[in-house]
This record gives sequence, structure tokens and C-alpha cells, in this order.
Amino acid sequence: MRRVLAVALGALLIATLAPVTRAQTPVKLTFWSWRTEDKWAYDRIIRVFEQRNPGIKVEFIPFRQVEYNTILSSALQAGRGPDIIHLRAYGGLEQFAAPGYLLPLDYDQVPELRRFPLQTLVGARSRKDGRIYGVPFATQTLVIFYNKRIFREAGVSPPRDWDGFLGLMKTLKDKGITPLANGGKDGWTLEVVSGVIAPNFYGGTTFYEAVTRGQTTFRDPVYTGAIAKLLDLRPYMPQGFMGVDYATMQQLFLNEQAAMFIGGAWEIGFFKQQNKTLEFDVFPGPPPRADQVPWVSSFADGNYGINAKTAHPEAALKFIRFTATTEFGQMFTDLLAQMSAVPGVVIKDPVLKRVQEMNRKATPYIMLVGFRWQTPTGSTLLQSALQAMMAGQMTPQQVGEEVTRGLAAWVDAFRR
Amino acid sequence: MPSGGSPPPTLAPPADEARAGQAGARPLVTLPGRSRLRLSLRASRRLWLVVFLAPAGLLFATFITYPILSALAYSLFRWEGIGRREFIGLGNFVRLFSTFPYPRLLWNAFWHNVAVFVLTMVVQNLTALGLAVLLARGPRGARVYRVVFFLSVTLSLVIVGFLWGLFLNPIFGIVNKALAVAGLGHLARPWLGDPATALVTLVLVNAWRWLGFPTLVFLAGIHAVPDDYLEAARIDGASEWEVTRRIVLPLLAPAVTIIVILTFIGSFNWFELPYVMAGVAGAPNRATDVLGLFFYRMAFGEVDTGLQDIGIGSAIAVLMFALLAGVSTAGAVLLRRCEVEY
Repeated sequence: MRRVLAVALGALLIATLAPVTRAQTPVKLTFWSWRTEDKWAYDRIIRVFEQRNPGIKVEFIPFRQVEYNTILSSALQAGRGPDIIHLRAYGGLEQFAAPGYLLPLDYDQVPELRRFPLQTLVGARSRKDGRIYGVPFATQTLVIFYNKRIFREAGVSPPRDWDGFLGLMKTLKDKGITPLANGGKDGWTLEVVSGVIAPNFYGGTTFYEAVTRGQTTFRDPVYTGAIAKLLDLRPYMPQGFMGVDYATMQQLFLNEQAAMFIGGAWEIGFFKQQNKTLEFDVFPGPPPRADQVPWVSSFADGNYGINAKTAHPEAALKFIRFTATTEFGQMFTDLLAQMSAVPGVVIKDPVLKRVQEMNRKATPYIMLVGFRWQTPTGSTLLQSALQAMMAGQMTPQQVGEEVTRGLAAWVDAFRR
Repeated sequence: MPSGGSPPPTLAPPADEARAGQAGARPLVTLPGRSRLRLSLRASRRLWLVVFLAPAGLLFATFITYPILSALAYSLFRWEGIGRREFIGLGNFVRLFSTFPYPRLLWNAFWHNVAVFVLTMVVQNLTALGLAVLLARGPRGARVYRVVFFLSVTLSLVIVGFLWGLFLNPIFGIVNKALAVAGLGHLARPWLGDPATALVTLVLVNAWRWLGFPTLVFLAGIHAVPDDYLEAARIDGASEWEVTRRIVLPLLAPAVTIIVILTFIGSFNWFELPYVMAGVAGAPNRATDVLGLFFYRMAFGEVDTGLQDIGIGSAIAVLMFALLAGVSTAGAVLLRRCEVEY
């Protein structure tokens, strides 16, 4: 009898305490990211979420970009890590999704995902089981930035075709202006240059489809001929361009020491922040003929996902659903000047608006979307080979051979 | 000496103490306690050894032994992204040695390590030896020079790498500007971006940073040579050069042993400076790739470029450990044999 009483009293005690504790201590979610420079914006967005969802607190914790993957994978392997994870897309998501470290999301849990275009969701889908593991946050596009003041003073305007582009750079160089800010010290910036220049010469998505289906390889003269165009840019790059790294490239363009910068649309926010008086705009990689609509390379930048081991799956899901709303996307775009992946966001920034228009003829950024799923990645192989090509150590044909041979380690169709 | 070589091996106990330990009958140490337990000297020495070595041993086991063993274990499994899958024996090693581009990358990195070792021995350690010989003669301001030479060793390697990266920048850097001012503008080049100069440049920056360390070790070695020998030689009519050549240098062998082994370990573990100055990819086109970078790239991935391949990464780590442990031990034994007693 006493025992029963004790149990009953105990149960009563728990029953009375439980709701109180739940109301008093809010669920606290941690949100890890590599975007140290965007912390202010995320903090503002999170405040909006917290006002809508009393009882859930979210802490945004960014790490240095170069260390993020190491820290995140160590934490996940140890069975820890954050509740909400800022993830990259495609193969960068797969390496966490395939071994089961992420919570799969489906249309029932996150109905907002239904509105996303399928092409955007490719970056959030695991190739292993075909399921979605994140909400895409941004679409990135590769473009050519130009300094409007320098162009005006030199009496030139954005080119309509490749020859026009080369002619424009020659005019600038003859006037003592460095036409391009781009260098070759950081291999990934060369891959970006190839992403801007090459698609118009290899035929954009037609070649992408063929090479990803294994109908051709990167040995194809169509491809090697396209990357050979990068060699034409060398005379217009800064002096000693092979020693020019990404930070120097940005400085050259920001300080108006170079007229153009071949890069990604993610620079818009940074350029505006660093030099408020810089007048700049963008144009797409020029096509061979002026009557062609140019291709631009684009890709899903990354995703917000949920740790499979989170202690608060419901709260985390609430936050993830919030990131898929137009309200979130609008704040993201307005604050960070980036193209949100959420459909229905209205872009106010004029430069970003032009990027959005160019996106009507977008082709997948070839190595990232198609060949960054296993090691060695197409990007790793291409970046080093492009450095060798720009330094005069390799021909475009050797680059194609190198990339194809390397990818043959996991792309069956490339094995001869 | 590249990358902060590990401290020299623990010193052997002084000979007389060791002898006393063997005699070991005299009870010397009393420990507090009810029975006022009396320990033999040998036992108490053992106890103190354990007490003093335990913290270091524990740290060593946690941060060195355990990671090495786990790397060995990791290298025997297949990995899917960051998830460990089934046991595959030596599969990762087979892949490392046979699947393009891994063998080429491995040998490329290995030969770069060898080049770093040889170049460092020649550029850094020979210069250090020369400086030590000169300083030992006690020129005016010898103390100041000693401090100046050692100053760069006290700087953080990351700062050194960052600063030299700025100095060598082809656009803003002072190196090319200084060359231009000196009328040598035609020599200006993207030092770190040119595959032909990148690795040598890194070795030179590294030597700039470390020069003071071998200098000091050699100087201490020279000072340890008994004056009687030098005086005897001088009385016999030997010139300063002959004294250096025939007396000092042969007796310097223990210092040389230490420096050679530390340089070897440092060269094959080289990571920080290339990481800071050339990036994890060993840019340009693997011209600065070394085993440390290759390992890091495979085990932890390259941001926005490559994925992790923990199996291959662990296999590289195991090979590096085997190489370092094997060659250092063999080298120590060999070099010890060449040392001259006095």
C-alpha cells in the first residue's frame, strides 16, 4: 500500500513538474556554420524565428571556413555536433548523408520543399538513397564583374562576344589598366574562371549531359578546346598572376586597380561592404558569336540540415521549415545580397537582379554538380591541372587527359 | 629545423648516480606513513621515475600512441564519406599505390620531402655551422648576434608564413620591389606561384625561421670542447682553421647527430609552413605538396574542392609513421657510431 502511494505521489510530482520545466527552460538548438562573416545576418534572422517560436532558442556558431569540415566531421563521428548543420551541396552533403549522420527530410515533414525546383534539390539529395537531407539556401552563379567607372573612362562597354572581350581587354591594357584581377595561386579561382568561360565553347548543358552519362569524356576536343580559351586571358591578368591569390584578386578589384574580376555572385555583398563607392556590374562569360545567348554556370550553394542524433528533432524541424519559407529567403537575400534558393523571393539589388536574369540560361557548374561525389574529385584534378596549364607546363589536351584518368577511379564510363 | 622538432631524447641519468643506484643497499628515502616504510634507493628511484614520467606518458599515450593506433585501424577499413564501413585489409594501401592519381601524388610528395631535407641540411644547417664557428671565436657583439639569429625562432610559424606570403606577393610584396630598386627587376617573379621556384622559396623561408636553432646547438657543442685540446693544438702550431677542422668539428658529432635527426623528422613532418603559404593543395599544381599536406588533404578534405578519403588518409599517416620511426632509429644508431669520444 505504501509502495503504491509512493509511486502515485511520485507520478503526481513528475506530472506537475514536467509542464513547468518545459515552459521555463526553452529548447536550445545549436546551429554550426562556416559563414563567420554572415553571423550578424543570421543572428537577426534567428531573432525573428525566436519571436515566432517562443520556447526555442537558436545559437548560431560559425567556424573558420578551412577548419569547418574537420571540426564538423570529428564531432559527428564522436556522436555529437550541432542540431542544425550548415552543409554544402552535392558530394559535400553526400559525405555526411550517405553514412547516416543526417536526418532525411521528406515533403510531409517539410511541405515547403515541394515549391523548390527539382534542379535546386539535386544539391540536397543523396545519390545513395535518393532522399532529401537539407533545405537549399542559395543559388550561386559565375559571372564577370566589371568596374563601371573604369569602363566609362576608357570608353568601353561589356562585350557581346569572345572577340569583343579580347579586344576590350587589349584596349584597357593599352591604356595602362590591368584588365583582369584574376590570378592562379588558389586553384579554385581558376576552376571558377573555367566555369565562366568554358561552357559557351563546350556547349553548356548538352555537353554536361553527355559527359555525366558517360557518352563522352573530358578528353573530348570540344572540352579541351573550351578550356584552351583560358590561355587567351593570360596576357590580361596581373603581372606575376601565378602568385596572385584570392585575397589579392579581391583587393585589386576593390581598390580599382583592375577593371574586371571573374568570380561568383557571392562577391556582390562583400564588394559592396568593403568599398561603398565602387560602381560595379556584371556580365556573363561571352559566347563565341554575338547572336548567341550566353550560358552561365550555376549551382546550389548548400543546405541547412539536421543532425540525425539531435536531442530536439521537433524543434530542429521547426527551424528547418522556417528556412524554407519565403520570409526567410527574403531576409537572406536582402541582408546578404545573395540569391536565396527559396522560390518567390523578390530581388531588390540591381546587380543581383541581373544575375538572376542571366540564370535563365544556366548550366550546371560542371565539376561541382557532376564530379564532386567521390575522391579524387573532378575539381581537385582540374584545379591543379589548370594551374599547370596556366603556368605553361601542360597543354589543354593534357588537362583533359589528366582529369579523365583521375576520375576513372570512380566513374566507370571513363575507364578505357 | 622545420616544424618545431620534438625535444631531444630524455637525458640518461648521470653516471655516478647510476652507479650509486646499482649499489642500492643504503636506505635513503623515507616516505611518510604509519610504518615509515624505508625504501631502497633503487626502489625509490623507480617510484620517482614513475611519478615524474606518468603525466608525460599519459599525454603521450593519449595524443600520440592512441591516434597512431587508431590511424592504423582506420586504414584497414572502407570508408563511406565520414562513416566507417567494413574491414578491407590492405585495400586502402593497394589503392594508394595503384590507383591513379594517388601513386603519383604519393611519390611526388615523398620526393619533395627528400628535397626539403637535403636543401635544409645544405642551406640552413651548413650556414648555422659556419655561423656557430664564427660566433665561437667571440667576435665583438657575439652576444647580440646570438640573440638576433635566434629571434626569428621565437616567432610563431604561422606569423612567419603570413608575413613572408605578403613579402613575396607579386603585386604588393617588397621582395620584387626591392629587386626592382636594386636594378634586378628581371629577376622578379611570382615566387610562390611559379612551380619552378615555389618549393625552394618555402625551404628558404623555413631556413630563415629556424637558422638560430642549429646555430645555438652547434655553438653549445663547440663550447663543450675542452680548452686543453684547443690549447694543445695551438701550442703544436695549428692554425685556427686547422683547430676547427681537426679538433672542433670531429668533436661536434653529437650535436650534428641531433640536428640531422631533428631536421629529418622536421622535413618529413613538414606541414605548417606549406599549409600557410601554399595552401592545402600544394599549389601550384602540387609543386609544394609534401606528405603532411597530402595526408591532411585526404583525411580532412579540401574546402570547396575535394572530399575526405579517410581510408587513404590513414594509410598515408601509417606510412609516414613507419618511415619516420624506421629512418630516425637507423639514423641515430648509424650517426652515434661515427661520434668521437674525448
